[in-house]
Amino acid sequence: MRRNSIPEGSEVLPPPGSSTGQEPRLWMRGITKSFRAVCALNNVHFEVYAGEVVGLVGDNGAGKSTLMKTISGAGPADEGEIMVDGQPVKIISPQVATRLGIEMVYQDLALCDNLDVVSNLFLGRELRTAYGTLNEMAMEQQGLAVLRTLDVKIPSIRAIVSTLSGGQRQSIAVAKTILRQAKIVLLDEPTAALGVAQTRQVLNLIRRLRGQNLAVVVISHNLADVFEVADRVIVLRLGRRAGTFDVKTTTTQQIVAAMTGAEFGEIMQSETTDENRPQKGNES
Amino acid sequence: MSEIFRQQLPQESTTTTSTVEVLDNTQRWTLRQFVRSDLGFLPVLLTLVAITVYFTVTTNGIFLATGNISNLLQQIITIGVEGLGVSLVLLLGEIDLSVVSVGTLSAVVMGVLSERMGVPGWEAIIAGLFIGAVAGCINGFFIAVLRVPSFIVTLAASIAYAGLLLNLLAGQATLIVHDPFITAIAGSPLSFLPDIVGVGLPTLVLMFYAAALVVDQILRRRSGLRTRSLLHLIIQVVIVAIIVEGTIVVLENTPGPTPGTYLGVPNSAAILFGLILLIWLALKKTRFGRYVYAVGGNAEAARRAGIHVVGIRMAIFTLCSTLAAIGGMLAASRANAVASQISPTLLLDAIAAAVIGGISLFGGRGSVWSIVLGALIIGSLENGLDLRSQGSDVKQMIEGAVLLFAVTIDALVRHAQAQRENDR
Repeated sequence: MRRNSIPEGSEVLPPPGSSTGQEPRLWMRGITKSFRAVCALNNVHFEVYAGEVVGLVGDNGAGKSTLMKTISGAGPADEGEIMVDGQPVKIISPQVATRLGIEMVYQDLALCDNLDVVSNLFLGRELRTAYGTLNEMAMEQQGLAVLRTLDVKIPSIRAIVSTLSGGQRQSIAVAKTILRQAKIVLLDEPTAALGVAQTRQVLNLIRRLRGQNLAVVVISHNLADVFEVADRVIVLRLGRRAGTFDVKTTTTQQIVAAMTGAEFGEIMQSETTDENRPQKGNES
Repeated sequence: MSEIFRQQLPQESTTTTSTVEVLDNTQRWTLRQFVRSDLGFLPVLLTLVAITVYFTVTTNGIFLATGNISNLLQQIITIGVEGLGVSLVLLLGEIDLSVVSVGTLSAVVMGVLSERMGVPGWEAIIAGLFIGAVAGCINGFFIAVLRVPSFIVTLAASIAYAGLLLNLLAGQATLIVHDPFITAIAGSPLSFLPDIVGVGLPTLVLMFYAAALVVDQILRRRSGLRTRSLLHLIIQVVIVAIIVEGTIVVLENTPGPTPGTYLGVPNSAAILFGLILLIWLALKKTRFGRYVYAVGGNAEAARRAGIHVVGIRMAIFTLCSTLAAIGGMLAASRANAVASQISPTLLLDAIAAAVIGGISLFGGRGSVWSIVLGALIIGSLENGLDLRSQGSDVKQMIEGAVLLFAVTIDALVRHAQAQRENDR
């Protein structure tokens, strides 16, 4: 696997479509999705590269979750094309997304509180022995290896998940995606409802995911966290992509402005959004 | 994979993460942990001991006589088998109120086929099992596919099957079963295992269990995984061995009807413990079992993990009703008859046995072995009160109180745990 060895916090990936020749891990064009009369996504473009953390921000109802669902397969898009590693794909169900290496960590984490850490890590894809029984030892070993490489600290890999802290639970949910051989990880509000130390823990975890050359998308309301961990920030507003910002050269104010529509300033990638601008929005 | 992770992190973040808990492989068994995880059944066990002491004293030792213990064991079979089915459904966080109706219906089908239509006993039993499985499938379809609350579906099923079995019996209140194959299972002097099987089979299982634990311990140590202390392992094996072999000794020394003969292990007890063992293995060692607990703990998470939640629910309701059918047919075999009257207390007894034993009503927690403790408590109360010649009035009042007590303890323990988790 290829890895960018770039100093932390100032990593800048080549802008999309630049001459580096790097292909986006995930590339989406013209994604449109309507719920009856409401157009939740209107011709949205989206791309994320390997070894990159993209922050997806926007006000409530901007279409962040809808866009994530079109990627994770939970709510396929009505229109638009998607490519994963340059191959055109149709993500029609979560199973398809999983097969493509796309994993979503939901805000509610989708952990079984009554099961222990190993059981949760391997839920749905348990390792089995030659006799078809659960291979607990292999699962424990692999689980421990992943938790160690992600530097996740828990009292025991056999601890029941309900006894763990919020940050630990988030880490378990993320480690689960690694065990599933994810190439693209979508994180929904990973730092919501976490304390300061635990937030830091999770942000470090996200950096380690990037270090593993994964494409990471972080949806968050917390701009401070997004700024700390993301390389690029994509702003959605009223179902459209309102701008793309390089965190290194952007201020929070500019992003807030884009989120709220106060001004469409400092758009990094004009070609990704401008062509859609004239369309009539049917929001409101 | 690990070299990919050797990425330089900013100084401040590495220092903050290294202060949180450390994942280690050393053994750390605290007393509290031990009491909570391994001795969670302690209150139930103490209750059983208290009941036993009380009845032993008040019946001048008759309660603990070998004959009565053998009798008690045979009395709890139906509660145990039907409670086992209920436990599975409770693990999913659902309920099945139709177990007794389904069990009685299966027994009636078996009885009618063998007595009135001359079907051989074993074919009648298979038909009874089939009826149970079909009833469970119907329950499962409404609950898992159509998402009708299980409480309503199984209540309706219970009423409908009660009517159906009246219809099948065509007005006959009690149908005596004569088929030797059926009565030989649990209702004749022959319904006991030969000594060699009665002693040998459990001992073999016990040895296999101990060997599996030791092999597991060695393999874990070799691969550097966390192991339990040797003392803990030895205590566990010894306790299980004492319980199993002690029970067998008592049963083998139970005097038979003719002087000089001994009864041995009842077939029905072997069936109950065999079923518990099989289901325990399925729950602990297979994907299916893991999924049952996962669905009971968080059905949405299970669904997202790609688990076929509907299939799991269907399978469990089918299994539950099949077990209920086995329970019903064992009861019929023991009584040498099938009755149109459905036992009014059996359903609550079966549910109570599961809950008293520690299967949570809220899903996902508990072990099927606890059904033995629960059934023993219910059975001991019934048996002891019978010995003291108490009527069903007193029995029902006491059983109701014990059930309420057990469920209250369950709720309080959950509450305390939730509180502790919130404090973290």
